[in-house]
Amino acid sequence: MKAPIQVASAAPAPEAPIVVNGLTKRFGHFTAVDNISFSVSSGEVFGWLGPNGAGKTTTIRMLLGLMRPTSGSARVLGFNPATQTKAMQAKVGYMSQIFTLYNDLTARENIRFYGRVYGLSQEEVKQRQAEIIHMAGLEGRENTLTRDLSGGWKQRLALGCAIVHRPQVVFLDEPTAGVDPNSRREFWGLIYAMSKKGVTVLVTTHYMDEAELCQRVGFISQGKLVAIDSPAKLKQTQMRGQVLEIHSPTPDLVMRALQNARQAKAIPLDEVALYGAQIHAVVPDARQYIKSIQRLFESENIQATSIEWIAPTLEDVFISSVTRPADPAQNNGVLRETVTGVSK
Amino acid sequence: MEIAIFATDLVKTFRTRKGPLNAVDGLSLEVGRGETYGLLGPDGAGKTTTTRVILGLLTRTAGKSSILGFDSMHDTYAIRERVGYIAQQFVLPADLTVIENMRFFASVQGMSPEMQEKRIPELLSFAGLSDFTRRLAGQLSGGMKKKLALACSLIHEPQVVMLDEPTLGVDPVSRREFWNLLGNLRAEKGVTIFVCTPYMDEAERCNRVGLIYSGRLIASDSPAAIKRQVKGHLLELRPGRFVPAQAAVTGLPGVLEVQTYGDKLHLFVDNVAQRRPQIAAALAAQDISHDEIREVEVRMEEAYISLVHRREQAGPEERKAA
Repeated sequence: MKAPIQVASAAPAPEAPIVVNGLTKRFGHFTAVDNISFSVSSGEVFGWLGPNGAGKTTTIRMLLGLMRPTSGSARVLGFNPATQTKAMQAKVGYMSQIFTLYNDLTARENIRFYGRVYGLSQEEVKQRQAEIIHMAGLEGRENTLTRDLSGGWKQRLALGCAIVHRPQVVFLDEPTAGVDPNSRREFWGLIYAMSKKGVTVLVTTHYMDEAELCQRVGFISQGKLVAIDSPAKLKQTQMRGQVLEIHSPTPDLVMRALQNARQAKAIPLDEVALYGAQIHAVVPDARQYIKSIQRLFESENIQATSIEWIAPTLEDVFISSVTRPADPAQNNGVLRETVTGVSK
Repeated sequence: MEIAIFATDLVKTFRTRKGPLNAVDGLSLEVGRGETYGLLGPDGAGKTTTTRVILGLLTRTAGKSSILGFDSMHDTYAIRERVGYIAQQFVLPADLTVIENMRFFASVQGMSPEMQEKRIPELLSFAGLSDFTRRLAGQLSGGMKKKLALACSLIHEPQVVMLDEPTLGVDPVSRREFWNLLGNLRAEKGVTIFVCTPYMDEAERCNRVGLIYSGRLIASDSPAAIKRQVKGHLLELRPGRFVPAQAAVTGLPGVLEVQTYGDKLHLFVDNVAQRRPQIAAALAAQDISHDEIREVEVRMEEAYISLVHRREQAGPEERKAA
């Protein structure tokens, strides 16, 4: 085995492909993106998550050079998206949730069209056509009209068109909405195939199980970056409270008792919700409040088969991070106050 | 169990340019009173058509279906009185305020002004919309629109509500809020809830779910029981070289199925203790590095993919018998 080559005092470490520094965007008095800083490293699959209206898309628009920041800066592949838009866009791919494919063109024609738009030569287009058809598993469907392709095919074709010019950074905005689980799996296979080749991927999604597939995720809420880490780490560090799962032959009685206790502030319950035949309750401290809940059930003569402290899902963590606890007196499992009031 | 929603051998055939298409193809299901039942499947699996046929909005080609004992095709009026429905493309009048929308739907249902006085504030409070009564429906966020639609569908105090993809395109926070409302509705009023959804994780919110694929149910049971139907234990690993690793483990003895999961592989095996070292050895033989091989829990998504996959592998005869 060769000894690793020591590179002493070589060039400074190359800048990360996406670097965001104090990025801010205001629309009048409304701050859509509020002083956000993060970076994404080369070949990383980074999830960008937040409720609607939180500033996700505004951030992506600024990174794509479609919108200028009010203050702060962004650098994509060393370019300033606001001023070096053209040069940057030649190396960046973008796929939006509405696949921008031409329905009356065939799969092959769509690829050719996008190849020409990106200024590829005839030769390159030919080569890329074959590669993308193969990558997207579209063999045998090259000449099918796009409108006749099912959701999963269309989605992979849209990705193929977005990367026809071999971008080094790819932005995917909710790319898998409405696609069946199998196709979603295949799509994520493609994302990781790109990442293995060093392509950096920033992806937004409403599917929390997809967020689990990202190497790192950032949560944005009301314009602010509230958490950023690997999904596993976020589950350890970001959950406000602990989740209890309660099994009972009479879940409706359990729900009523816990909601009353919540409203009366007898037990500090962050959330009480029915999950199938079980109830999930979020409390500040599992050990302590399992006992309080047991006492409550005894006094109200409610049967519970078990009360277990369970691991939070990424969705639990996400909701905990992006919401403030609602006022228990307000009732009804409404999780947030301020966010709901924001209109676009 | 008292039955609220019933369908047996239900078929709905559409005539298309390419010939007849069975959007619903011999589907049977039963939903008990007070249950929350989820019909889970991707776009085009037949969820919407099934719902509409059961509601009597589409005529069935064959089979039987009923709600609360009323036949879908013959007792449509009785069904309308007792069932709330939110269609997928349901659009509330955008130029009416929240409260005007509620009044509009109440009038359509023939509710007296006195009843409206009482019922509408209750429902607005239930849906968490009490502070937004004067806002135009067109200016509500996506999540709030869905809540308003739910409140409108409940105005006549239905015993059954059927919801077609109510959380599609809604962000996770609003999705959680919406499901909490449905949970409260079930706990407080015992309403039977039938929900179509493409989100596999929403299964956990239901007492029972049906997995629909090509117009048929491939499983119908409690979420826990469906996950148990998938044979084998699930192992997860992240290989250094993905494609060669996938090839190396596929077909190993005791490896029942290989699924890809981002940059990880999911392997269903018959025996964890026995197969784990064998898988490690097969990868080592080809010089493929990997992290720890862990056993992970089967989620509804793995179950769905697996059940579809195994069904497609089965011969057409078996498929018919299943």
